[in-house]
Amino acid sequence: MSNIPDHLKYTASHEWIRIEGDTAVIGVTDHAQAELTDIVYVELPEVGRTLAAGEGCGVVESVKTASDLYAPIAGEITEINSALEDAPEQVNESPYDNGWFFKLKFSSDPDLSGMLDAAGYASQIGES
Amino acid sequence: MADPRRTTLFETHQALGARCIDFGGWEMPVQYSGIVDEHRTVREACGLFDISHMGELMVGGARATEFLDSTLTNTASNLAVGDAQYTLMCNERGGVLDDLYVYRIAKEVYLLVVNASRIPQDLAELQRLVIEFGSTRTVNVVDESDNLSAVAVQGPHVNRFVNQLFTMPGLIAVEHPAALEKNQIDVFIFEGKDVYVSRTGYTGEDGFELIAPNEVITTLWGRLMELGQDHGIKPAGLGARDTLRMEMGYPLYGHELSEEVSPLEAGLGCFVDMEKSFRGRGELGHQKNEGTTRRNMAFTMIAKSPPPREGYPVWIGEEKVGTVTSGTQSPSLQAGIGMAHINQPYAKAGAEIEIEIRGRRFPAELRKKPLYQKS
Repeated sequence: MSNIPDHLKYTASHEWIRIEGDTAVIGVTDHAQAELTDIVYVELPEVGRTLAAGEGCGVVESVKTASDLYAPIAGEITEINSALEDAPEQVNESPYDNGWFFKLKFSSDPDLSGMLDAAGYASQIGES
Repeated sequence: MADPRRTTLFETHQALGARCIDFGGWEMPVQYSGIVDEHRTVREACGLFDISHMGELMVGGARATEFLDSTLTNTASNLAVGDAQYTLMCNERGGVLDDLYVYRIAKEVYLLVVNASRIPQDLAELQRLVIEFGSTRTVNVVDESDNLSAVAVQGPHVNRFVNQLFTMPGLIAVEHPAALEKNQIDVFIFEGKDVYVSRTGYTGEDGFELIAPNEVITTLWGRLMELGQDHGIKPAGLGARDTLRMEMGYPLYGHELSEEVSPLEAGLGCFVDMEKSFRGRGELGHQKNEGTTRRNMAFTMIAKSPPPREGYPVWIGEEKVGTVTSGTQSPSLQAGIGMAHINQPYAKAGAEIEIEIRGRRFPAELRKKPLYQKS
């Protein structure tokens, strides 16, 4: 069973979102990192880039495959986890903490209605 | 698409927590503990792979040797009973229909181990060629793939315990499996059944491949896991099998090899005997004299980059000089590695190239195979 913390929101494409004031911290779920297997490269968007909700903004590469990363909500990239450049395995080891990907600043209140809560995400990945 | 087929060991894999993928129409384990962990286990200790999806064709009869010599690129007649060789089957244009291993298991009986995805084509082609050869009564081709399973046990520790599998000497020549030399095969009795044991593999490590009737394979797998327990054995999936073979520069059918690629273009000329006649010989002779227009080469990324993948373009300056055929992040070398078809005259070890990844170019260098060598 994968770890699905209650305090986060989730997307069907396996990102998690944590709201901190006017900023959303984004990463991929424990289930996603386990499915991807050994992550060897993470390509993140540039700081300052403005993204639309659902826009492709990066790539996560495992030994086996490359998977696209999407912005779950609209906003401007304010910070990226550059530690992943040299230590991409952090995504496998600590998907909700050290393995975060980027921070997005949103101008108006983001629409989280399409997001899943922990129970909803568990059900989506067949673990409820 | 039909439902994927499962090997006899499928339930064993499930119990071990394997993640499975479709591979050539088979639902096969891609990994158990993780590709990198399994890869390292094979390089440093020992890994056990299910390779039951591979095909086993028996070619026998009074003129079997002559038939195989006329059909395959390598020379079956050079094999003594108990010896094996890597070889290829080509079409008239010199393109590769399949790459395979030929084991001489009796004077006029050969075991051909072929790629899972090519079994129907290989069988049909061999049966057609037997008719063309005019020897339907003296050469017989039988597909045993549905009756036989296979495992590969690979790594530097395998030799420490493999002999304990069997209580009797081999039926062909050797006392026990560890007495086999590379590319030799013998038959041992396990649970009352014949098991083919060969010192071959697809990892670059010492090791064995064991082909056994379906009804004993689960017991054989369990016994190997038990004997290997104190020697660090772990089950290993197709993910690690792929990264291990890429470090060695071994081709995989459908990637480095296809009906449009010749053995010479693939860099497999040493498995083509130009001194004899075989199908595709004419075109390959021409290619040998004139030189091929491209060649498959290994390469290593020389700076930080995303892992190279099949299909990525290869550049030298402003000229596109080739295409990646396989690529990954090498667990042993800690770098992006791969193989690529490179147009001539650029296919030279040491040449600086660039791999285009999502519109950006990253520096790499062409290398001789293998990329990985034991220290």
